[in-house]
Amino acid sequence: MEVGQLQRSFVEYMTSLFREGFLDAQFCQLQQLQDDSNPDFVVEVVSLFFEDSERLLNDLTMALDQPNVDFKQVDAHVHQLKGSSSSVGAQRVKNCCVPFRNCCEEQNTEACLRCLQQIKQEYLLVKNKLQTLFELEQQIVAAGGAIPMVQ
Amino acid sequence: MMNIGSGSLMSVPSCTGSWKSGDVVSDQFPVGLRVLVVDDDPTCLRILEKMLRNCHYEVTKCNRAEIALSLLRENKNGFDIVISDVHMPDMDGFKLLEHIGLEMDLPVIMMSADDSKDVVMKGVTHGAYDYLIKPVRIEALKNIWQHVVRKKKHELKDNNYDQSGSVEEGDRQQKASEDVDYSSSANEGNCKNSKKRKEEEEEADERDDASALKKPRVVWSVELHQQFVQAVHQLGIDKAVPKKILELMNVPGLTRENVASHLQKYRLYLRRLSGVSQHQNGLNNSFMGRPDATFGIISNLNGLDLQAIAAAGQIPAQSLATLQAAALGRSATKSAIPMPLVDQRNLFSFENSKLRYPEGQQLQLNNSNKQTDLLHGIPTNMELKQLANLHNPSESFVGMNMQVNSTTQHNNSLLMRMSQSQPRAQMLNGANNGSQVSRLPLSMQQSLSSEGIPGAVLAQSGIVDNAHGSVYNPVSQASSMVDFSVNQSKELQSYNFSLGSNSSGMSTMTNRGMLQEEVNSDIKGSRGFPSNYDIFNELQPKSQNWSLQNVFSTFDASHHPSIQGTQGVSSQLLLQQGISSTHNSERNRNVPIGKPMYSNGEQSGHSNPMGGPQLNSVGGNMLAVKAERFPDADYQSTIFPVQFGQDDLMSAYLKQQGSVEPVETEFGFDGYTLDNLPV
Repeated sequence: MEVGQLQRSFVEYMTSLFREGFLDAQFCQLQQLQDDSNPDFVVEVVSLFFEDSERLLNDLTMALDQPNVDFKQVDAHVHQLKGSSSSVGAQRVKNCCVPFRNCCEEQNTEACLRCLQQIKQEYLLVKNKLQTLFELEQQIVAAGGAIPMVQ
Repeated sequence: MMNIGSGSLMSVPSCTGSWKSGDVVSDQFPVGLRVLVVDDDPTCLRILEKMLRNCHYEVTKCNRAEIALSLLRENKNGFDIVISDVHMPDMDGFKLLEHIGLEMDLPVIMMSADDSKDVVMKGVTHGAYDYLIKPVRIEALKNIWQHVVRKKKHELKDNNYDQSGSVEEGDRQQKASEDVDYSSSANEGNCKNSKKRKEEEEEADERDDASALKKPRVVWSVELHQQFVQAVHQLGIDKAVPKKILELMNVPGLTRENVASHLQKYRLYLRRLSGVSQHQNGLNNSFMGRPDATFGIISNLNGLDLQAIAAAGQIPAQSLATLQAAALGRSATKSAIPMPLVDQRNLFSFENSKLRYPEGQQLQLNNSNKQTDLLHGIPTNMELKQLANLHNPSESFVGMNMQVNSTTQHNNSLLMRMSQSQPRAQMLNGANNGSQVSRLPLSMQQSLSSEGIPGAVLAQSGIVDNAHGSVYNPVSQASSMVDFSVNQSKELQSYNFSLGSNSSGMSTMTNRGMLQEEVNSDIKGSRGFPSNYDIFNELQPKSQNWSLQNVFSTFDASHHPSIQGTQGVSSQLLLQQGISSTHNSERNRNVPIGKPMYSNGEQSGHSNPMGGPQLNSVGGNMLAVKAERFPDADYQSTIFPVQFGQDDLMSAYLKQQGSVEPVETEFGFDGYTLDNLPV
C-alpha cells in the first residue's frame, strides 16, 4: 500500500478509537511525549501497560477465586489497574474499574466476578486495537512515511 | 544540580506542542531540578519519568518506597523534590511522606488515581505539598518546581525572623503559580527573585536580610500572645477577626496585619491540634523507637524540665526522652542523652538553626523552629503535663523553656521559673489548645501571669507539686539554665502559638512551611506527623500537669521581683522573666514563652546564636545536659554574666562548667513522631 493510503487508514483508525472511547486524551499526551530521543515511547509504555495489566488481571482472578475473598486486596489491584489504564488513556478499561471498586466495597463476590469479566473483555479489546494501530504505524514508517498526528 | 538528566534537554519533541523550546532556553531554573519519583506501577512510572525529563528535570525513578528512602538517605542533598504514589504495596505513600518530611524535609507531592476527598485530605494533613490525580498530565508536572522554591523561600524567611510575615501560607501554592514568573525566576539556588515577588504580596517588612532583627517586627511575646489568645477566646475562634482581636488586645503599635498573620498561624496550630488526636497512640511507640525523634519536641516543653529531671536522675533519660517526644510529638532528637540539651536546642535552635543552616539544615531546623515557636507562645504544656503525668510530682521539672532574653542573672532564676511554669503552662495550654487544652482556663493564665506563680516553685530541690500537676523543681541542677534565646524568640514568636501540645510538635512543623503551603490544610505543618499532636492529646489527660508552660507566658518584665538567690522559685522565675525582658536591651526580646533555655549556640554546636543575641543566659542548653554541672540551687550564684550573644555566655558558661557536650548539630528536630517509623 502506498504511504498516503496507509496514513489515511491510520488516521481513520485512530479517530475511531477515540470516538468509541477506547482511547482518550491521555493517549495524546503519550504521543506528545514521544520524540526523537524516545521514538518508541508510546509502544514502550503501552507494552508496559499490557504486561502490568495481565499480571493484575491474573491476580484479580486468583484473589476472587479464594474461598474467603480479601476484598481489600482486590480493591488494591483494581485501583492499580485504574491508575495504569488511565495513564495510557485506555478509557474503557479505566471506566470498568469504578464499578468494580464499588463491588469490592460491598464485598460482593459475584458482582466482582462480573466486573472482572467485563474488564478482561475491555482490556483484550483495547489491546487488540492498539496492536493494530502499532502495526499500521510500522507499515507507514516502513513505507517511508511519517506518522500523522491525530488529536 | 543544573545538569540536565540524560536526554532530558532535548529540544521540543517533534510532536508535542506543550513544551516550547523557548522555555528551555531562557533560564536555568528550574532546569535540572532533581526529582525522585516513586510509583509501583511501571506504566505510570515510565510515563512520569518521560514527562519529567521533558520538563528538563533530572529524574530518578524507583518503584519501591524502601528503595526511595535509602536513595534519599544516601544522598541527603541529592534531590529537590519527591513525587510519590499513595498506594504502594511495600509502604503506604503517606508513611513515606512522613519519613521524608522528618528525615530530609523535602517537599513531597503525592499522586493517586484516587481522588476521593478523604484521601486528598490525608495528603494535606500529612503535609504533602501537592496532590496530583492520575492520570498526571505534563502540565501539572511542569510547575512542581514552585514547591521547592516556595519552601526555600519560606525557610529563608523564617531565618530572617520573619515574625510578622504575613505570608499566607495557605495561599502560597496558589500564589506561586500566579506570581512567580517561571521564565524569569532565579536560578535554582537563588530564591531571591521569587522571594521578592512573593514578598511584594506579603507584608512589606519581610526580607531576607539577616539583619532583620533590626527591623521593627512584632515580637509575639508570651504576654502578647496571651492577650491575643484571650481576645480570640473572647470573640470565639470562629468569629475572631483580626480587626476585633486587635481592638480587644488594645496593644499600641500592633497592626491589624500583625494580628492577621498571627491568627493564621494560630488557626493552623489549632487545626493541627485537633487533627492530631488520632495519632496519639503511635507517638509513644514511635518515640521510643526513634531516638532522634524524641527530642525535638521535648525541648520545647520541657526542655528544662526534662533536663532537670533527667539531670536529677529522676527520670531516666530514656523515659524523659519519651516523654518529651510524646509531648512534642516529634522525634527530632538524635541523642538520647542530652535530652535536655537537645530539647532545648530544638526549641531554640530552631530559630538559630535556621540562620545557621541555610539549606538543608534549615529544613530541619525549621521544623524545630516551629516547635519552638509554638513553645514560644505557649510553653508546651503538653509536654509538661506529660512529664508530670508520667512522673510523679516528686520529680522536678526544670523550668520549662524559659526564654531568657537577657538572662543575665538569671540562669538560676530561670530555673526557678521553670518550676513555676507549671501554672503557667496551664495557662498557656488553655490558651493555646483550643481543643485539647481546655483545661487551663484563661483565668488561670491570668492569675499565673500576674503573680509569677507564687506557689509554684519550689525550692531548689523540692518538687513543686502543683495542683496543676507538674512539678518543677528548680533544682539547682536545674540544668534549666536554659538559655533563652532572645533572638529566637523573635522567630519563635512568629509562630508561636505555643500551644502546649501541639505547638511543640506540630506547629512548628507547620510553621515551617508545610503548614503554610497547603492551602487548605490546616494541619499542613504537620507534615504527616499528626502523631505529634496526638501525643499531646493523649498525654495530657490530666489537665493539671501543666507546669511549665505557662510560665513563660506570664512572665513579663513587669514581674520581676528582685532576684535573690534564695527566693522561691516563683520569684525567681518571675525575676528571670522580668530580667530577661529587661535585659533584652539589645533586642526587642520578650521573654519567650517556653523557649527552651538553651543557648542556641551551644546546642547546635553553633556558638553563634542565630543572628542575634539569643541567649543571654549562658549555656541554656548546656543546662540540659549538664544539669549536673549546674551550680547548686543557689541560682544566683550561677548567674552568668549577661552578654548578648550566646557566644559570650557560652564561653563564660563553658569556662565555668567545662566543656559542654557537643550538641547535635543537626537541628532537625522535627520532633515528628511517626507511627512506627523505622528507626
